[in-house]
Amino acid sequence: MSLGGGRPSPTLCLCLSSRVVEIQSQMSERAVELLGLPEDRPCLLLDVGCGSGLSGDYISEEGHYWIGMDISPAMLDVAVEREVEGDLLLADVGHGIPFRPGMFDGCISISAVQWLCNADKKSHSPPKRLYRFFSTLYTALARGSRAVLQLYPENSEQLELITAQAMKAGFTGGMVVDYPNSAKAKKFFLCLFVGTSGTLPKGLGTECASEELQQAKFTNERTRFRNVKGKSVKKSRDWILEKKERRRRQGKEVRPDTKYTGRKRRPHF
Amino acid sequence: MKLLTHNLLSSHVPGLRPGGGFPLRIEVREGKCEGRDPPETPPVPAPPSPLRGRGRLVEIPLLPFSLPPEPLPDYEANEEFLRRLHHVLLEVEVLEGSLQCPDSGRRFPISRGVPNMLLTEEEA
Repeated sequence: MSLGGGRPSPTLCLCLSSRVVEIQSQMSERAVELLGLPEDRPCLLLDVGCGSGLSGDYISEEGHYWIGMDISPAMLDVAVEREVEGDLLLADVGHGIPFRPGMFDGCISISAVQWLCNADKKSHSPPKRLYRFFSTLYTALARGSRAVLQLYPENSEQLELITAQAMKAGFTGGMVVDYPNSAKAKKFFLCLFVGTSGTLPKGLGTECASEELQQAKFTNERTRFRNVKGKSVKKSRDWILEKKERRRRQGKEVRPDTKYTGRKRRPHF
Repeated sequence: MKLLTHNLLSSHVPGLRPGGGFPLRIEVREGKCEGRDPPETPPVPAPPSPLRGRGRLVEIPLLPFSLPPEPLPDYEANEEFLRRLHHVLLEVEVLEGSLQCPDSGRRFPISRGVPNMLLTEEEA
């Protein structure tokens, strides 16, 4: 018995699984929503890492046109057999986007950009490849359009590398995180604006702003150890009020709490 | 590959002059033409005719019928012209052939309707 003999390749398995199909189309739906396209006219979109064209199917359903790029000929063959609506291109986005300036009304990418952080060959330099991708993407997009790139970052350094190269290429915008508190449903969308930018959309299922999640909040305050444990700092107003409350419970005579309680006596001249 | 895509593509070989790499020359071995009155023979390559539409330069090297070399002054209201443009851009496809960069002469093969724009390590 040979291992893997006669089995479909992993990429083929990936596009056959119905669960993957469902997640893919959900993510493309969200990505197109984040693009904020005008509703009255069809747009031309670029799909980076289109694979078998699952995300493109959603774009076609919405009545837009798309052109897909992918590095894998096997996945593109699947797309050709599925007779997808959009046009396909075999290309490595790390070598640049081969389009004329200002041609697209938007760009989406589902689970593809993190692969640019891998150095598969000795000559590959992830920051350079990312910069080449983002700078040529910036050129290919029309002014005022957006690029929404869904990605699975391995760690925060990778995320930082990707966003830094995007900003260097001239994009504005940032990261939108959907369902940041869920391990499974959590999704990262890098929303990039070309030229004049709108406000960054909010992630789904977030109460706090998504920015806060990305980095630790800096405060100039010193928190005392006791404070963290739940006890108030000695001689503070809270500490006095707690002590008075405790005494009251013991049945001792305690002066009532007023606005003067725990106030400092300023020095008199 | 639809002609709309060809109209947007430009070569990305490093070291081109600014604004270079466009328009890519199309070489057709096999083509496809959908929609109304498809010709029996695959579309014949014709010399490129620049056409300015919606602020974009449209290069149409493959035509099953003739389009005027310049857009008519009232082309947005001219339905016949728009129909023809739509047909040319979205219904004529190149299945086998190649694209050639006008500046560097680099050829990008097209197979099964998918242009191969991969660069080799030396080029990149």
